[in-house]
Amino acid sequence: MSDVQKSKGADKKSLPLFFNISFKVIFIIVLISSVLLYFTFTFEEVPPILNRGIQPATFPKALLILIISLSLIVYYLSIKVPWNIEKKLPNSFYITLASFIIFSVVSVTLDFFLGISVLSVLVSFFWGERRIFYLFLVAIIFPIIVFIFFETILGLRFPGGIITNLYYN
Amino acid sequence: MENLSLMLAPLLSSKLMIVLIFGTLFGLILGVLPGLGPTTGGALILPFTMTLDPLSAIVLLTAIYCAGTYGGAITAVLINTPGTPAAAATCLDGYPLAQKGEAGRALGMATVSSTIGGIFSVVVLVFFAPLLAQLAYEFGQPEYFALAIFGLTMLASIGEGSPIKNLIAGAFGILISTIGKDFMTSIDRFTFGINELSEGIGFIPVVVGLFAISEMLTQSTLLDQIFKRVALKAVKLPSISDYKKTWITILRSSGIGSFIGVLPAEGGTVASLIGYSEAKRWSKNPEEFGKGSVEGIAGAEAANNAATGGAMVPTLALGIPGSATTAVILTGLIIHGVRPGPDLFREQPDFLYGIFGSMLIANVLFFIFGFFGAKIFARITLVPNKLLWPMIFAVSVCGTYSLSQSMLDVWIMLFFGIIGFFMRRYGFSVVPVIIGLILGELVEGTLRQSLVIFEGNWLEFLTRPIAVSFFILSFIALIFPLLRKKN
Repeated sequence: MSDVQKSKGADKKSLPLFFNISFKVIFIIVLISSVLLYFTFTFEEVPPILNRGIQPATFPKALLILIISLSLIVYYLSIKVPWNIEKKLPNSFYITLASFIIFSVVSVTLDFFLGISVLSVLVSFFWGERRIFYLFLVAIIFPIIVFIFFETILGLRFPGGIITNLYYN
Repeated sequence: MENLSLMLAPLLSSKLMIVLIFGTLFGLILGVLPGLGPTTGGALILPFTMTLDPLSAIVLLTAIYCAGTYGGAITAVLINTPGTPAAAATCLDGYPLAQKGEAGRALGMATVSSTIGGIFSVVVLVFFAPLLAQLAYEFGQPEYFALAIFGLTMLASIGEGSPIKNLIAGAFGILISTIGKDFMTSIDRFTFGINELSEGIGFIPVVVGLFAISEMLTQSTLLDQIFKRVALKAVKLPSISDYKKTWITILRSSGIGSFIGVLPAEGGTVASLIGYSEAKRWSKNPEEFGKGSVEGIAGAEAANNAATGGAMVPTLALGIPGSATTAVILTGLIIHGVRPGPDLFREQPDFLYGIFGSMLIANVLFFIFGFFGAKIFARITLVPNKLLWPMIFAVSVCGTYSLSQSMLDVWIMLFFGIIGFFMRRYGFSVVPVIIGLILGELVEGTLRQSLVIFEGNWLEFLTRPIAVSFFILSFIALIFPLLRKKN
């Protein structure tokens, strides 16, 4: 659940506008929504005879304007009742996030299951597991079980790679 | 009588019984493990249901739903951490009672009240779903549009957290559904030149990302958390005096849970909180709440399990999910070529009553497994996160990839995992995103078709009494939180 609790006067005194967490969050939402709103103006339009009801861009436009408007209301309310400053994210979070990126790179360039193994061993290790057998279990044995399970039950063919191709060949 | 025999049909089918037993056990395991739950579990097992016939697939998903909702209570009582969000209120009295050395009594009360709540809600489902389906025959496109809007506003209003943030999340979910080719004109929207996006974004990558991957990131921030597990000898059936104390609470909460479940909101989570607070309000001993009151456990547990049957009512009768897990079940129905709605009741009563019967049996099964096996399930909580979450990641990635055998789905899952983590961190619930995503096509499609019928005149909506009623209810739902705040 969210660890952002609202409480009166929590970050009222010390933080200037741009470091205020609600400002940063709402700014990002509004910025992304505005960029997407811009893109809706690049959508093709259909001629009136084919236009059934509304143009294809109208509905997403309306949604984005709604999101921007509601975000501004949330920001206005956060001035009255500021959000608490949440705890700083620990290193383990960034390591987990980095392991997602490593998984993505390895699974695309080398092998899908190698990517899973690398992520598993990284996450497990940096979350505190030091026993070799358990690292071997999550990095090697479990992915093999998952592979066989999906392969045999669903007849699934996974993307090729240096290890997967050994099996398929 | 005929319907009753259709309901009991799963008992006579060994295949369905195996599916039910597996689904119940799997649901219990998912419920017991904090951070997982029936929504994530249902989404992960969805690819495997492709190997089953439609009835077995939906029976499996509903068994996971019922048992998973109950399973959260075991963790709530023994380690003071809700296995599922729906069990949050159970912690308030379950854990204090367990600390007094009465873990068995606490789990016994949770098991009995969950089973009664679940069975009560199936009865509600059996009676109300056909009635609602009958009513839905009167619905045209404008009525369905108004109903979907009502569903989203209710979700914002009574869901967890800030209503405005819930509305933003719901609108975001609908926005995701607009990605891909416009279904009426075939014009690309938000595809950014990626051909694979023309088909739109799949439901499963988003669900797995928002629930499983974002939870993995959340768990990465909680590594220093230490759980103290209370020892459990055996689950005890409630005593006569416990029954005398709680039977009204169980019935009240069953009614509340079934009603909340029918409304498109966060199902069991909201139901259990309301069930708990109502139990406290009507109790002769409100001062015992928070210190190990059996009424508190009964109030929360009967309500969250009663929400399971309630949430299936709009899912089956209207194709509008009552909770995040029923959104997964709805996806399961669609994948298997079953179209929920009034026609389903007329054309496939055996299928429907098979689901009703299975839910009934699942409630009995989790009672048996919970009563005799809670001690074993409790041991599952001992699996350390450092081993559990890499394994869940492996299954999530393979499960997501398997549906359309596309790596794009895996990237989408990771993307929504990160989005989901930050949403939760800053107080945005992810459930409205899921409901918005699944209702998005319905909202846009019915709006555009209504405007075709009305020849572009929006005011024509006011000539449809049912649609107007839903709009008024939506308006009330929106201003309700403001009034509640003022009071």
